[in-house]
Amino acid sequence: MEKGKGVMGSGRRWAVDFTDNSTTPSTRDIADPPGFSRASQDQDDSTLSRQKKDAEANWKSQKAWEVAQAPFKNLMMMGFMMWMAGSTVHLFSIGITFSALWQPISALQGVGKVFEPYKDSKVDLLGPKLLFIALNLGGLALGVWKLNTLGLLPTHASDWVSSLPPALEVEYSGGGIPLQ
Amino acid sequence: MDWHQQYIGKVKHAVFHTQKTGRKRVVVSTEENVIASLDLRHGEIFWRHVLGINDVVDGIDIALDVITLSSDGSTLRAWNLPDGQMVWESFLRGSKHSKPLLLVPTNLKVDKDSLILVSSKGCLHAVSSIDGEILWTRDFAAESVEVQQVIQLDESDQIYVVGYAGSSQFHAYQINAMNGELLNHETAAFSGGFVGDVALVSSDTLVTLDTTRSILVTVSFKNRKIAFQETHLSNLGEDSSGMVEILPSSLTGMFTVKINNYKLFIRLTSEDKLEVVHKVDHETVVSDALVFSEGKEAFAVVEHGGSKVDITVKPGQDWNNNLVQESIEMDHQRGLVHKVFINNYLRTDRSHGFRALIVMEDHSLLLVQQGKIVWNREDALASIIDVTTSELPVEKEGVSVAKVEHSLFEWLKLKGTLMLASPEDVAAIQAIRLKSSEKSKMTRDHNGFRKLLIVLTKARKIFALHSGDGRVVWSLLLHKSEACDSPTELNLYQWQTPHHHAMDENPSVLVVGRCGVSSKAPAILSFVDTYTGKELNSFDLVHSAVQVMPLPFTDSTEQRLHLLVDDDRRIHLYPKTSEAISIFQQEFSNIYWYSVEADNGIIKGHAVKSKCAGEVLDDFCFETRVLWSIIFPMESEKIIAAVSRKQNEVVHTQAKVTSEQDVMYKYISKNLLFVATVAPKASGHIGSADPDEAWLVVYLIDTITGRILHRMTHHGAQGPVHAVLSENWVVYHYFNLRAHRYEMSVTEIYDQSRAENKDVLKLVLGKHNLTAPVSSYSRPEITTKSQTYFFTHSVKAVAVTSTAKGITSKQLLIGTIGDQVLALDKRFLDPRRSINPTQAEKEEGIIPLADSLPIIPQSYVTHSLKVEGLRGILTVPAKLESTTLVFAYGVDLFYTRLAPSRTYDSLTEDFSYALLLLTIVALVAAIFVTWVLSEKKELREKWR
Repeated sequence: MEKGKGVMGSGRRWAVDFTDNSTTPSTRDIADPPGFSRASQDQDDSTLSRQKKDAEANWKSQKAWEVAQAPFKNLMMMGFMMWMAGSTVHLFSIGITFSALWQPISALQGVGKVFEPYKDSKVDLLGPKLLFIALNLGGLALGVWKLNTLGLLPTHASDWVSSLPPALEVEYSGGGIPLQ
Repeated sequence: MDWHQQYIGKVKHAVFHTQKTGRKRVVVSTEENVIASLDLRHGEIFWRHVLGINDVVDGIDIALDVITLSSDGSTLRAWNLPDGQMVWESFLRGSKHSKPLLLVPTNLKVDKDSLILVSSKGCLHAVSSIDGEILWTRDFAAESVEVQQVIQLDESDQIYVVGYAGSSQFHAYQINAMNGELLNHETAAFSGGFVGDVALVSSDTLVTLDTTRSILVTVSFKNRKIAFQETHLSNLGEDSSGMVEILPSSLTGMFTVKINNYKLFIRLTSEDKLEVVHKVDHETVVSDALVFSEGKEAFAVVEHGGSKVDITVKPGQDWNNNLVQESIEMDHQRGLVHKVFINNYLRTDRSHGFRALIVMEDHSLLLVQQGKIVWNREDALASIIDVTTSELPVEKEGVSVAKVEHSLFEWLKLKGTLMLASPEDVAAIQAIRLKSSEKSKMTRDHNGFRKLLIVLTKARKIFALHSGDGRVVWSLLLHKSEACDSPTELNLYQWQTPHHHAMDENPSVLVVGRCGVSSKAPAILSFVDTYTGKELNSFDLVHSAVQVMPLPFTDSTEQRLHLLVDDDRRIHLYPKTSEAISIFQQEFSNIYWYSVEADNGIIKGHAVKSKCAGEVLDDFCFETRVLWSIIFPMESEKIIAAVSRKQNEVVHTQAKVTSEQDVMYKYISKNLLFVATVAPKASGHIGSADPDEAWLVVYLIDTITGRILHRMTHHGAQGPVHAVLSENWVVYHYFNLRAHRYEMSVTEIYDQSRAENKDVLKLVLGKHNLTAPVSSYSRPEITTKSQTYFFTHSVKAVAVTSTAKGITSKQLLIGTIGDQVLALDKRFLDPRRSINPTQAEKEEGIIPLADSLPIIPQSYVTHSLKVEGLRGILTVPAKLESTTLVFAYGVDLFYTRLAPSRTYDSLTEDFSYALLLLTIVALVAAIFVTWVLSEKKELREKWR
């Protein structure tokens, strides 16, 4: 997610564009290197920009898919960590479980932000977004499942009755062996 | 936190030991079967022995050692005088019961061995004082003579034994004390017959009453001749109608006769005539004669005069002369003087002084010397009948001195933890800790540790003990009304415990007593304010009280409604207000009572029927009718124990969660009665029956419907049974004849009809009826689980810890035969224990099954102390959930705080709050400083 930003995002500071599309005559003074044909560039400016845009869109959608798949790696790692943590309640397993719950939730909250750099009229982001959401939900489910294996989810009847006060009795009786 | 107090009980007999140099002491025997040696200077106990409950002390004297005769004259023991070690013990056999008499003659000595004469069980025994060997025995029962007196003739080795055969034949034996040789035997018949005690007037004359109790018979057996002389009481100018009895005394030439409510001192003149010397009211008490310096005798007379007590020491035979006359101010809460013992000492000017040991009506013991009370002991606390607790007053607003002191102490403690304290500070910390004013304050505390223990004693005196240090806050001798001269007290109930509505009212307790000992005797009610210790009110009722039932309802002033059941099975409602009756009538049909008639083997359940029909219309009296009865077959079962749940017990939850997240619903009912019956043959002591003819049957009975919920037979088992019923379980202790060991069994009761409530969704939505009020008539189906374990000790009392909310796990408190209190986790008595518990069960805390219950020495709550003569254990919840207050009583008192699951909800007393505060402040300061620094650094970075 951060990587995508670094390459194409607004944070870019400088770039070298090797495709020389300047048309100023001053550059024409220097002879073209042998074998270089300027003809293709000269052909059509509009086709050139369209091609470039296509490439960018392609690249964006490719990146978006990549970003969308990123949680899968996370998921695998989480699963491994959970397996390592075991099913008893202690500090380590609690920490892992809660991070496994927290990560997908925070990722889901920032789903728009993550895909913002790839926003393009030509790029269809719905697919990657859905995949991203699905994977994160998967991660969340894994976390919840872990919580349950730790016995921290109130899914048993015992969790709901353990603090039920005893029922009141209608009748009252007293007595016993007569006082001596 | 803990305190332990030692008492001895009401003194029956006292012997002084002051002759030799060294520690002056008085050796006493008491009605609690205690033999004790007390320091005469301060009244402290040098040593003490508590004999068994059936080992009643009949006589005590000092020969070389302290000699005691007990168990109806069958056990003679010698105790070392300085340290109380038992020197020897002899059992005296005999065929017939007779008055136990102990005589230690002063001059019958062979070498160092002096002789002890004991008359008991129809025989006269001479016992060596060195090793307790029986030197000779003479059987008088064979001649059907009942020995009345053993008399030593002055300065000779001859003794007289006098007694009756039948009621009219008088026998006098003259015996050589050295070898038991019979020197002379005289007998004579007296047509009038004899009755009651005899009073020895001189070494050869005694006085007794004839069977009409109107004639005094003087019997002289001088010169081998028996002569009777009759003196009609009316001849002495006295009205002899009414109760006449001769009081045992040892005054020379004089004796005391009690007629109705006055006492006569009658002297035998030199012409063998009787004459009345003095007439006093019955409250006057006379001591035995004391021989001091060359045969001079003295005795003390104690009379009451208003708030004062007059002690007069008179020389023997001379009534009009006084050796000492003292008057001392006496607290009227001590009641009348019951007994007095005197002792003499030499003053610096070689004249004789006297000190008196006085036993009061409230069982207290006082030493009076030179008109002052030197020391006193509150020995009524050795005979507690019932205990209840009361809250202390709420602390008033405003900064008290104690609070300032407390914060000072906190700073000192902080200094101590930071190792900054100077030696003086350390000493100050220690001093404050020792004094610990916090625990003995007279106000309520936040944790509910400080309480008043209200105890009712056999002396009819009520004490309020502060739970912090066990001091007596107030004491009250219950008022004695004219209508009743021998009231006995039965029980204490919490009458008014204001906490919501009537905060300005003081809490009070109800004392139920009866006039006399039979169950038909009319009841007496007294109401006592627990803050001030004043008797608010007292009623002599017309009806009796065989049962008292505190109802679970209170009126607007928070007075609890009580029902008294009389012996005609009518119930009477108290307090007698119209408000109480309206509350009662609302619940009229839901109130039941049951009676356990142990002698007939019947348990009956009753319901309230209607108002009493009688000549006098009484709105507060109701007739009852029998609803059900359970009749045990007399030939095979005898009721020996009936235990119900404590009415004020709090249970936190109705569900028990097992390791597999499964739920079991406890059967929690207050109307549950545990009854244990044994085979009549095996109802005696252990060993009296074969295992084949002994069995123990336990029942759990619903007291509303009379339904038997559970019944179990233990073959080859017998009582005594001690049981405790709490929550949904019962634990009982009995003897297994086959295994020759004591056993403890646990039975847990679960409600099967609720077991279906396992649908999570319904429970989440609250669509269940688990908390709806239940009726016993709905016949809940129950299941029980039981398990049995061996237990090493025999048991005197069993109790269970109780906490404010019932969340904390429970401990059983077992009063062992060694007079200690053992705390045993309820986890050890869990029917789900198995030999190999699964991992999940282990996690739940189930202990692997073992055949016997462990006794861990550290779990004795009494530590190394003993609560001699342990009779009862009371547990009271503190406000702090983890903690319960335990009060064990017998001859001694012991109080402690227990936390069965450790104090999980509070910090220890040593915790330094100041250090915590200091740390927090330091942390906040550090955060602030680093924040400022980082801001500055950032600014510098930006400028770069």
